[in-house]
Amino acid sequence: MGSNVRDLMREGLAAGWSHIDATRLSANLALEADVVIVGSGAGGGVAAELLATEGLKVVIVEEGPLWTTSDFHMREAEAYPNLYQESAARKTADKAINILQGRSVGGSTTVNWTSSFRTPPETLAYWQGMLGLKPLSTEAMAPWFAAMEHRLGVRPWAVEPNENNAILARGARQLGIEARVIPRNVRGCWNIGYCGMGCPTGAKQSMLVTTLPSALAKGATLVSRLRAERLLLDGKQRVVALRGLALQADGIRSGNIEVTIRARHFIVAGGAIGSPALLMRSGVPDPHGLLGQRTFLHPTVVSAGVFKDRVDGYAGAPQSIYSDHFLHQHPIDGPLGFKLETPPLHPVLYATTLQGFGESHAEKMRDFPHAQVIIALVRDGFHPQSRGGRVKLRGDGSPYLDYPLDDVYWEAARRALLAMAEIQFAAGAGRVTPVHEETPGFASWSEAKRGIADLRLKPLLCRVVSAHVMGGCAIGDSPARGVVDHRGRHFQLENLTVCDGSVFPTSIGANPQLSIYGLAARNISLLAAELLGRPTPAIP
Amino acid sequence: MMALVTRRDFLKAGLGGSVLLACAGCVTATADDETEMLSAVASAVLAGVLPASPAQRLAAISETVGGVRRAIAGLSATAQKEVGELFTLLTLAPARRLVAGVSSPWGRAGDEEVSNFLNRWRYSRFALLQGAYAALHDLVLGAWYARPEAWPTIGYPGTPEIF
Repeated sequence: MGSNVRDLMREGLAAGWSHIDATRLSANLALEADVVIVGSGAGGGVAAELLATEGLKVVIVEEGPLWTTSDFHMREAEAYPNLYQESAARKTADKAINILQGRSVGGSTTVNWTSSFRTPPETLAYWQGMLGLKPLSTEAMAPWFAAMEHRLGVRPWAVEPNENNAILARGARQLGIEARVIPRNVRGCWNIGYCGMGCPTGAKQSMLVTTLPSALAKGATLVSRLRAERLLLDGKQRVVALRGLALQADGIRSGNIEVTIRARHFIVAGGAIGSPALLMRSGVPDPHGLLGQRTFLHPTVVSAGVFKDRVDGYAGAPQSIYSDHFLHQHPIDGPLGFKLETPPLHPVLYATTLQGFGESHAEKMRDFPHAQVIIALVRDGFHPQSRGGRVKLRGDGSPYLDYPLDDVYWEAARRALLAMAEIQFAAGAGRVTPVHEETPGFASWSEAKRGIADLRLKPLLCRVVSAHVMGGCAIGDSPARGVVDHRGRHFQLENLTVCDGSVFPTSIGANPQLSIYGLAARNISLLAAELLGRPTPAIP
Repeated sequence: MMALVTRRDFLKAGLGGSVLLACAGCVTATADDETEMLSAVASAVLAGVLPASPAQRLAAISETVGGVRRAIAGLSATAQKEVGELFTLLTLAPARRLVAGVSSPWGRAGDEEVSNFLNRWRYSRFALLQGAYAALHDLVLGAWYARPEAWPTIGYPGTPEIF
């Protein structure tokens, strides 16, 4: 390990920060706190720092393991099982969508690709106008986004984009499509390209190297590998305690050892599948049947191009160029728009995403250094027929997401596959292959245009992936229209706040991490004032 | 990066295998049977990348099957159970013949016969079988390309030496 890389978490733990690895407990444990936070990702991390800074006693509960900067070796074989939900193989109910979601201390912020966008103004305008969420205006949210951008070093990437991203920019420019530079949450980034396996240099300003060390340094306690089983309710109005089950040594199955944490206030930040699932298991009142409903994914389709020159899509900042051109062609609640970005290319991720097997697959893999990939993130949840998915519980209490892909989606997916292929050919691709079981790819734009028009777009034929899970505990302007209010406060339980991507009432239409940071900063500042008996801050 | 099927889903798919499926529930594939099945699948999926020398080829397949097992150990408890049932089903001779359409025992099935089976599931009208194909696709290719030994064949220079 180079001497110029610091591992703040490891240093702090050596100096005595409070961390309990629940797999090592040999007896039940009871803890007390002012606030319990379930989940250590974007929402939980921000909440932990703000509340610990106010002097409140905070306990953070995380189901995943604690891995820190010096544990990250840029190996897919280690990263997927250690840092992702279900080894990066989480699937929707019909297996048609693969979901990349983090599962370690830091949540998805530990493994995301660092793209940091404010909630788009048109999304907030829709929430204000159509959903009645008047307080959440672009102007009112701006200071919270600015504060979190400052906290996490968010700035447009000032280095040349890698070739994978440069091709997106070049192709778009050829076609007169606007493409812009992505703001990233990094400080002193080495431009290596392995963000998705945990940043090995500590440059990515994930919760693991920012808010969580800060909270622990101020006396917070972290309990890792503890599954938040249920909230214990006192009648129908208050939460009394969180009951967690320690995981066994495999880090997957829970055993019999219980950790019970009593507190004044409970913050649920387990992500948009985990949070609604915890509330369901707990029997939290849900008088209007909204819990776990309207879960959104930005369901994403993939287009692979092959170029004469090397692309080396594994090297360099994975996401630095984007285009919102196709988000703005129709009204937000019209035919679904999509955001264009690129993914990093790594052997396992690329090989498992590509269709086919045997010689045809091997042939595509031999082009690996020349491969360039664009992804189209489809904005779900605005069109009246785009109602997303639904979180459900299995018999053992574990959650899954049922997300049917319908005609409204496939119409957008076809436009997206066309747009990506046209951009790739405009940038000089020799061949473009939509990731779909029934096409060998195309050698020209005119061939692709005809071929994609005829593709049968159906689940499990057309590859659909997601890295953004949103909704399920939606903000509403009244109990009939939401699970929580605009502050994330639960409508029925007075000491429960939901603070993660599950509160979004639609998808965001952009990578959601900064949307979560900003809203969490606002809502936990309001909560802290209440818990400390201070006047409510003058929130614009 | 896998898709999985459940035993009950097979029933729903109307494949008429209720007796077989009942069997799959009460027995567990022996490690040897499962290794034979996975080796046959790996051999077909990896056609085009496996080394030519028979000894190296066997060793590479064996490492890949080991990688598949390690990947399964990292899945959720539910997913592990589903994959286990899929594997058990495939190792039962009647199911292999009727559901997968592979008449030879796995140890003697050639790449062509196994590829035909994989393609039938890949393009099946039953989402279940499509999902099972996707699981095999992702498990085998994931295990193969996770190995540094596979990287030179695709021109991937490997993880950068930054420290």
